[in-house]
Amino acid sequence: MHKLLLTLLAVTLVGCIDNKEEIIEEKNQGLVYCAEANPVSFNPQVTTTGSTIDIIANQLYDRLISIDPVTAEFQSELATDWKISKDGKSITFTLRKGVKFHTTAYFTPTRDFNADDVIFTFSRLFDVYNPYHFVGDANYPYFQSVGIDQLIRKIVRVTDHQVRFELFNPESSFLANMATDFAVVLSEEYAMKLKKNNQENLFDQYPIGTGPYIYKEYRRDHLVRFYRNPLYWKHHVALEQLVYDITPNGTTRIAKMLTKECDVTAHPSSAQLSILAQRDDINVEKETNLNIGYWAFNTERAPFDDLRVRQALAHAIDIDKIMQAVYYGNGTRAQSILPPTSWAFEPQANMPSFDPELAKKLLIEAGLPDGFDMTIWAMPVSRIYNPNARKMAELMQSDLRKIGVNVSIVEYEWNTFIQRIGEHRHDSVLLGWAADTPDPDNFFSPLLSCTATFTGKNPANWCNPQFDLLLTKALDTTDLNMRKKYYDDAQSLIVDELPLLPIAHGLRFQASSADVEGITLGPFGAISLANARKK
Amino acid sequence: MILDYILRRLGLLLFMTLMLSVFTFSISYLFPGDPLSNLSGVPSSNFAQHSELEDKYLYNSNYFVQYIAFLGRIFQGDWGLSFASGDNVFSHIVDLLPATLELSVYALIISIVVGVPAGILGSAYYKRWPDKLINSTTMVGYSMPVFWLALLLIMVFSLKLGWFPMSGRMGLLYEIPANTGFILIDIALAGFPYKGMAFLDALRHLTLPTIVLAMYPTTVLVRFTRESMLKVMDQSFIKTARAKGLNRRQLIIHHALRNALLPVIKQIGLQFSTLITLAMITEVIFSWPGIGRWLIDSIYQRDYPAIQGGLMAVSLFVILATIIAELTYTLFDPLSRNQAHGKV
Repeated sequence: MHKLLLTLLAVTLVGCIDNKEEIIEEKNQGLVYCAEANPVSFNPQVTTTGSTIDIIANQLYDRLISIDPVTAEFQSELATDWKISKDGKSITFTLRKGVKFHTTAYFTPTRDFNADDVIFTFSRLFDVYNPYHFVGDANYPYFQSVGIDQLIRKIVRVTDHQVRFELFNPESSFLANMATDFAVVLSEEYAMKLKKNNQENLFDQYPIGTGPYIYKEYRRDHLVRFYRNPLYWKHHVALEQLVYDITPNGTTRIAKMLTKECDVTAHPSSAQLSILAQRDDINVEKETNLNIGYWAFNTERAPFDDLRVRQALAHAIDIDKIMQAVYYGNGTRAQSILPPTSWAFEPQANMPSFDPELAKKLLIEAGLPDGFDMTIWAMPVSRIYNPNARKMAELMQSDLRKIGVNVSIVEYEWNTFIQRIGEHRHDSVLLGWAADTPDPDNFFSPLLSCTATFTGKNPANWCNPQFDLLLTKALDTTDLNMRKKYYDDAQSLIVDELPLLPIAHGLRFQASSADVEGITLGPFGAISLANARKK
Repeated sequence: MILDYILRRLGLLLFMTLMLSVFTFSISYLFPGDPLSNLSGVPSSNFAQHSELEDKYLYNSNYFVQYIAFLGRIFQGDWGLSFASGDNVFSHIVDLLPATLELSVYALIISIVVGVPAGILGSAYYKRWPDKLINSTTMVGYSMPVFWLALLLIMVFSLKLGWFPMSGRMGLLYEIPANTGFILIDIALAGFPYKGMAFLDALRHLTLPTIVLAMYPTTVLVRFTRESMLKVMDQSFIKTARAKGLNRRQLIIHHALRNALLPVIKQIGLQFSTLITLAMITEVIFSWPGIGRWLIDSIYQRDYPAIQGGLMAVSLFVILATIIAELTYTLFDPLSRNQAHGKV
């Protein structure tokens, strides 16, 4: 009996060894990316959460145009060509022919991509007659914050492969907005099929796009699985499978890199980079990035509605200490809300300095000599602009205690966190913004405009008509010098009014196994794995 | 006689379940927030939705009526929605419980296969070197906190040597349809795809968590078996047998073992509840997608419906396992049936 078992075991083992090489090859066609959070949706239109956009936007979808990360010029994607009329009020896109939408278990396209898809996609954002406009409570945070409903008058189908966007005003950032990760093209045919079955709510959860990968499955807190799109129009996709391993804990992500359970990981924290850098089998890439980590106050809530209180809090924080302990020297201290690499950047002279005495004085002026209790919401995940919000909050807690302000730190699971910040339930929050386009408006309208307040994007809950006017003026002109001037004023207004305190600009990091290639980090926008492959 | 006993146990089971459900029901009132949204998992929203929920949950009736309605929903599988995912809590439990069970069952099997023989060996070589070795090893294993052991094993075998993966149940690139939720069975049902590599990979993923989880019950079983054997060996019928001229081997196998293993069987059943508790810690460390990790995540996320459902499912399971263990034990040991009162 024992001998029989042994023989069996031996046979199985030998059998395995025989097939080993073949299998390794088979397995090599997949890539595991360790992501830091669950995706909130599979439609980039309905969210601005960076962790979600990183997973879905460039993998499942294509945009009409994109921006070259080096030259910052527009590039053709699904639109082969675009023409802007003389008055700047109408833009005609010529669409690419022969582009196919994904074929999945839940949808088989019968026609190629055409003008109807473009019209459907973009009219959903602002047209109340679009059958999908109110699906998901009509929440399109990015587009609403840039005021798309006051921007596009209508979208006209010229031919099957030509669409004309007619605008109310010529707006300088329109094309840049069309090139963001949120402006992906969805399938009209799929939408109508779901509508016929009264399943509109599935539309944003079961995605159909034209991108390099096809959705297969999503298991909450576990994984997202994509397969190769064999009919991708742009190029051949090397990876058979792309799996996102959802690992919220940063240290676990690093450990999984070491055990080869992950091939690529998002946002390795700066504290652990040295461990990874020592290894030959792991590459660490570093890239400047357009982003800002800030501390936003809920300006509608007492006592933060008082400018003196906001100034006092800002003066009480020792940012140098934060730069050392949180960014480990891998960040730039903010001199404005815009990062220095932006063309509209203007260093602000009156950024609040570290001055606890002044802070106390301001609190006394504000009628709060004994200090008060407040909460700092610290985001639970590590992002480019803030690698460790918890630690930052703890440092601030001890700084603020010195001026008599008692801080309790609040943390929630990331998606819940974002949602509750959107409902403005916080006193103050450590958050940030990573740009989607090099256009400076991307730092202002989505974050601090009045419309952003209504859509829950504005974490400072701050609506200042003077500020909005500056933004509108900046968008209404195409004269670069004028725009820069308006943005200068906007930047100094933020520092004067302090709805938020800009803290630092982080560097973007990515760790990948040495045998993975074709993943490039850009200065803005989400990660693209379209060209990723294993050596 | 035996029937009477079984009935008594079932009565006890019923009573415990009832108490449990009362407790679960009441915590939705004890948790912060609106009891109605704690029960249903629908975050308090507009007026129309709220009144619809009030009707469904008989919220305006007295507590007893509400409780009866609650029981009805539990039996229908309507355990409310998870705040975090928006899905039915019951479906989460059905998805996750098998993973925990699988890990616990394998750990229990390992601890029986290793623990009982080691205990017998220890008693057979009482106070000689094998006994001392086994004893000191057990002492170390017994006193080592499970999370520490887990981290040590990960450090050595995953990070340093790279022999075993440190998280999950299987390499993510293997796609196995979840039929039963037991990963090895699922792979077998799928016909060992990827040329058997998936199965080997699943075994590799199982190794470390199973060892960690098995450590505590193994040491308990070793010590228990050893004590029990020593006690039996000291009894007069063994002395008689020895006087008859049986050698030690015959003595142990034919006479001592049968009597000594009875209390061990009972102990095995009792270990199951400890196992489930330890499994939660193990799952968190090894990112094992089981109910324990989910429950701890739910606590972190203040997902009250999930905490309720998870607690109920886990405790129900432990009660059930304990009672089954007791019943099995009774089948082997007629003497124990005479207990007048049940105990869990």
